[in-house]
Amino acid sequence: MMGDPLIPIEDPNAAVAGTGVPPVIAPGHTFSSVTDKISSIVLTRKTPIGWWLGFLIAFGIVNVLMIAITYLFVKGVGIWGVNVPVGWGFAIVNFVWWIGIGHAGTLISAILLLLKQTWRTSINRFAEAMTLFAVACAGLFPVLHLGRPWLAYWLFPYPNSMGVWPQFRSPLIWDVFAVSTYATVSLLFWFVGLIPDLATLRDRSQSPVGRVVYGILAMGWRGSARHWHRYETAYLLLAGLATPLVVSVHTVVSFDFAIAIVPGWHTTIFPPYFVAGAIYSGFAMVLTLAIPIRAIYGLEDFITLRHLENMAKVMLVTGLIVAYGYAIEAFIAWYGGNKYEGFMIWNRMTGPYAPFYWALITCNIVIPQALWFRAIRKNVPVLFVIAIIVNIGMWLERFIIVVTSLHRDFLPSAWGMYSPTMWDWATFVGTIGLFLALLFLFLRFLPMISIAEMRAILPEAKVEAHEDLRVI
Amino acid sequence: MRTSPTLYGLMAEFDDPQTLVAATRRAHDEGYRRMDAYSPFPIEELHEALGQHHSKLPLIVLIGGIIGGLGGYALQYWVAAIAYPLNIGGRPLHSWPAFIPVTFECTILVAALSAVLGMLALNGLPMPYHPVFNVPRFALASRNRFFLCIEAKDRKFDLEATRRFLETLEPREVSTVAD
Repeated sequence: MMGDPLIPIEDPNAAVAGTGVPPVIAPGHTFSSVTDKISSIVLTRKTPIGWWLGFLIAFGIVNVLMIAITYLFVKGVGIWGVNVPVGWGFAIVNFVWWIGIGHAGTLISAILLLLKQTWRTSINRFAEAMTLFAVACAGLFPVLHLGRPWLAYWLFPYPNSMGVWPQFRSPLIWDVFAVSTYATVSLLFWFVGLIPDLATLRDRSQSPVGRVVYGILAMGWRGSARHWHRYETAYLLLAGLATPLVVSVHTVVSFDFAIAIVPGWHTTIFPPYFVAGAIYSGFAMVLTLAIPIRAIYGLEDFITLRHLENMAKVMLVTGLIVAYGYAIEAFIAWYGGNKYEGFMIWNRMTGPYAPFYWALITCNIVIPQALWFRAIRKNVPVLFVIAIIVNIGMWLERFIIVVTSLHRDFLPSAWGMYSPTMWDWATFVGTIGLFLALLFLFLRFLPMISIAEMRAILPEAKVEAHEDLRVI
Repeated sequence: MRTSPTLYGLMAEFDDPQTLVAATRRAHDEGYRRMDAYSPFPIEELHEALGQHHSKLPLIVLIGGIIGGLGGYALQYWVAAIAYPLNIGGRPLHSWPAFIPVTFECTILVAALSAVLGMLALNGLPMPYHPVFNVPRFALASRNRFFLCIEAKDRKFDLEATRRFLETLEPREVSTVAD
């Protein structure tokens, strides 16, 4: 019944005739070969030994996170390096870093959908999964930083016997709404995209458990034309809603800083510069994940060099916007004539944290300029290394923003130094483990590429082109 | 003509989307209305071929967004000006610019929930049982095959005549669907 053998695939990266660019899907694929190849990773192929190894390591690190959180609950935030004057420290650095990483997933799934970029199709599913898991990691930090994390629900407006309500004029409350809306909408978008593929898994699963579980999740999807029409409308509307949402989320995150009067934070460049930085770091993370995944699962014919090159180009552009942000920060500090601003930027460049500042400039601005060269964009190992460097650079950026502004503000008598403790590191590394563990589970149990959307971009899916051959 | 109540309809299976769209158009021209086409990916032309036009979904999403926005703003106004007023240096209690970010987020949240729940409700999902799944080959509708099902409830449906009609559409196979 599931006859058609997999057709041997030609070189996936051979350029499309007349265009000189690699295709978004290798030639030779059919509806059945696309379905079988992607669903087999979940249903029939033996779980690679690398998966077990990776998952167990990640799961081990999740346990480090658990221990760090438990100790935090017992002792309080005093186990971290935060104190006056640097009260934010790693918690906010990591929060902004993770939430920024999530943004590329929404950009790929929503904005590139609206712009009709078909190359997004093979990377949107796992980019969206990356968004969800990154937001989950991000959400942990402000909650753990509360002091009494078990009272986190006080942040939401609900009728309570204390008669107290949240302060809606505070950016920290805006953050609660922005991040929780973002997490909810990302989950909805991801799940709606999954429904047709869950139906495929339900129909193809050989195990009774798989049939039941995927069957419940697919909710009885049967591919009816009437359903597809509403489905497509809903998906497009969600993309239209997620686009301004993703811009608003990092804007609100930047307001956490920009609304305060601290030197280096109180600036209007923050919202656009934060959004660009978020997309920059997110694409770096998508590349960091996509490059090993396509190699391990043999998906080079679905995630082609075209995808990698396009992502490298997006990184180059957003990286330049970020560079502009750094330049304007320094320029305004000088041109504005405010001595606290001037001191802040001078302290960043030459003060005790200067090595981190220059490392950030090297990682985020200098090294990514290599992406101007096509040979570099097509060199997969080099691209992988650059993506990791950008991830590190964007983390350093948030460290510099949070720490250098706080550690030396208006009065020298209030100055101090910040250094993370072992527990700061355990929590940060722990969330990386949580992120990877969730990602490994996703790769194992759900289709990492949208099967329905891949079918729709195959040449044989076009109806109108053949219409004249079938006169009725 | 109504046939036996245990029959849901007749289902034709096709190899490619082009044949399915052509067949659906023919069936619609022939006067069949209670029918549905099934495909493993969305086909724009198919929906039109079934004689369907507008969807209520965009209106539902618009209404959801308006409710979310108004509700979010009203909540903040009520909290900041009525339920828990804080006089800070005589600043106005109804400080509307500060309420915009949360109003915006609430608009998006309720609109997105309306889009998803509205789509599921209009589609009648979740639906654990549906007669089309009684055809064993229908499992391929989520892989690489295309189906057209004319329901027995259609006024023009006649087991023999409809089967003969479906056979003229170059199907791979025509099967009866038990209810």
